[in-house]
Amino acid sequence: MKLTKFAKVSIVAVISFALAVPTMGGASAKAHKFATAQNASQAGGMSGLIKGCKAEGVLNTIALPHYWADYGSMLAGFKKLYGVKIDEANPEASSQDEIDAANINKGTNRSPDVFDIGLAVAVKYKGTGTFAPYKSKLWKYIENSASGDGEYTPNYSGTMTIGYAGSLGTITKVDDLLEPRFKGKIALNGDPLGSSAGINGFYMINKAVGGTFDDISKGIAFFKKLKDVGNFINVNPTEATIASGQTPVVIDNGYVQAGVQKKFAAAGVSWKLFTPALVGSTYNSAVSAWAPNPACARLWMEYTLGEAGANVWAIGGAVPTLWTWLLKTRRASKEGIASAGTTRISAARATGAQTLAARAILKTAWPAAVGS
Amino acid sequence: MTRVKYSRTGSATGRTGSRYWRSKSDYLGVVPFSLFVGLFLLYPTLNVVTGAFRNQKNELSTEMLFQLFHSDITRRTFMNTVEISVKTALIGAILGGLFAWALATGRTSGFFYRFSVALSSVLALFGGIMLAFAFLATFGFNGLVTTFAIKYLPNTFFAEPAWLYEMNGMVVVYTFFQIPLMVLVFLPTIENLRPQWREASDSLGGNALEYWMRIGIPVLTPSFVGAALLLFVNSFSAFATAYALTNLSNFLIPLSIGSALSNEIGGANPTEAKALALYMIIVVIIVMTLYALLRRRVSKWEQTR
Repeated sequence: MKLTKFAKVSIVAVISFALAVPTMGGASAKAHKFATAQNASQAGGMSGLIKGCKAEGVLNTIALPHYWADYGSMLAGFKKLYGVKIDEANPEASSQDEIDAANINKGTNRSPDVFDIGLAVAVKYKGTGTFAPYKSKLWKYIENSASGDGEYTPNYSGTMTIGYAGSLGTITKVDDLLEPRFKGKIALNGDPLGSSAGINGFYMINKAVGGTFDDISKGIAFFKKLKDVGNFINVNPTEATIASGQTPVVIDNGYVQAGVQKKFAAAGVSWKLFTPALVGSTYNSAVSAWAPNPACARLWMEYTLGEAGANVWAIGGAVPTLWTWLLKTRRASKEGIASAGTTRISAARATGAQTLAARAILKTAWPAAVGS
Repeated sequence: MTRVKYSRTGSATGRTGSRYWRSKSDYLGVVPFSLFVGLFLLYPTLNVVTGAFRNQKNELSTEMLFQLFHSDITRRTFMNTVEISVKTALIGAILGGLFAWALATGRTSGFFYRFSVALSSVLALFGGIMLAFAFLATFGFNGLVTTFAIKYLPNTFFAEPAWLYEMNGMVVVYTFFQIPLMVLVFLPTIENLRPQWREASDSLGGNALEYWMRIGIPVLTPSFVGAALLLFVNSFSAFATAYALTNLSNFLIPLSIGSALSNEIGGANPTEAKALALYMIIVVIIVMTLYALLRRRVSKWEQTR
């Protein structure tokens, strides 16, 4: 095909323009007062926030799977209540991916407004100018929030559990997992060397067989036994593998398994949960310092860290950090109590240092125990 | 005087203007491509290479490269990656080569030929999560074949599917996209074997064995090895299939890189990822250099046909 010079030049111009467009759609200049507001009153109260968010029209979220602590209902509720769109990016992203995405998209209107991150990542980026400090109205009632300065807020914690197909019978103690009926059926959600669900699942088993956060040798020995009898498989369980029965026993976050149970019940299939030891981890909410929609970001904090959000998380099987206060003031919803209960609040959590030490040991011990 | 007259003659295509710019303007069409390659291939590669020579504090250092080079875990991971790549490249090249040969000697206008080529183009790209899931659902512990085998063939390996989650299982899964790729790459070469060569060999008294030993195999070898190298690289850098099949990030280098990048429990280390990637780039450069040298030999006779 022969092109005239003009045609060539225009093709080049069009393509370079197309490549440049995404970087040109920079952050909007509107509503700058929201970007520095550290609480609702600095943003003109709740009505000011709502008005600001409606003007922005959209909230950018990332890493919020709909089955995770019932984030599906959370997102739908926010959209319905405030009539704004939600632009959801990569639901399966990890905490680190969230920060990376914000850094890569810095200055564009695609950058995430809010984060939902694990403690390790939250601590790592605290004080680096990544988070905009913000305290929600009920901040002082939030468990463990008092020590923070609002850069990130503990939002909900999950206890680990074992979800399994009811057709396999009942599990009453951890040693049951070694029985032949579970041959090739037990999976851990993630690699303990990199995934927080993976390491916490490991901690739960470790604690159940008599280990502690500082002594993980018993857990390693148990997983080795589990692998040696052929019951443990190194498959990453997903919604698809669970739904299709490829991974009928899954060591996972309780708030994910609660969703699975609900879905299975709707289809008339039994999915049971067994929690041999109370081990949990707390996630954290934070606002991006360069959120393209600063008002919506702060409104999201008010919504999720308020009464409405806490009840959604509770129904989704997580324990909101506001839960103790909600129970005390009798604001907890019935469905929330049915799902989250009133006792799981005291789940044991590993500190960042304990996890780093455990990871250093697991780096060689884990592949040796369960590697192929 | 002659010069003025000359410039008015114009070019054969009827275009006028500076002779210098006329030839250069043809390159304008390549600008988008070079931009694309520069932005999405060269720049990230440069980023990886320079990043590998820094430490966690972003200072120039070879600490990470040394540390990984001397780490037993990393070495084992690298050997695993090389092992799976060599195995799947060999199996893929041999089976795919035979299949391509069968196709080429058959009726090339037939339905089966066209169907197979089309299927190969699709299956060569059928990697990742879908492929892994297909295998899990078929041969996994609770897969279709396994459930059937446990009932009717309890003593075969179908009923003991632990193999799927180990090295050899992953080899089987990988060959699923390696064979079609081999067919696509190798088919043109086989089709270029001219029947006249066979006739010439026959008329000089050669038999089938002599034809293959002296003509067929020597002519095909460079392309065959070249295609196998391509398969090696294809498997060397595969990520999604392995990621879906195994939780063990220390099993293959691409998985280790993924884990170093998106670690949730405080192990995130971009420098480690970049250093690992640099080692991968070095292996790929070596292999691709071999490939380029081989291609040069192949092109020689392919062009003269």
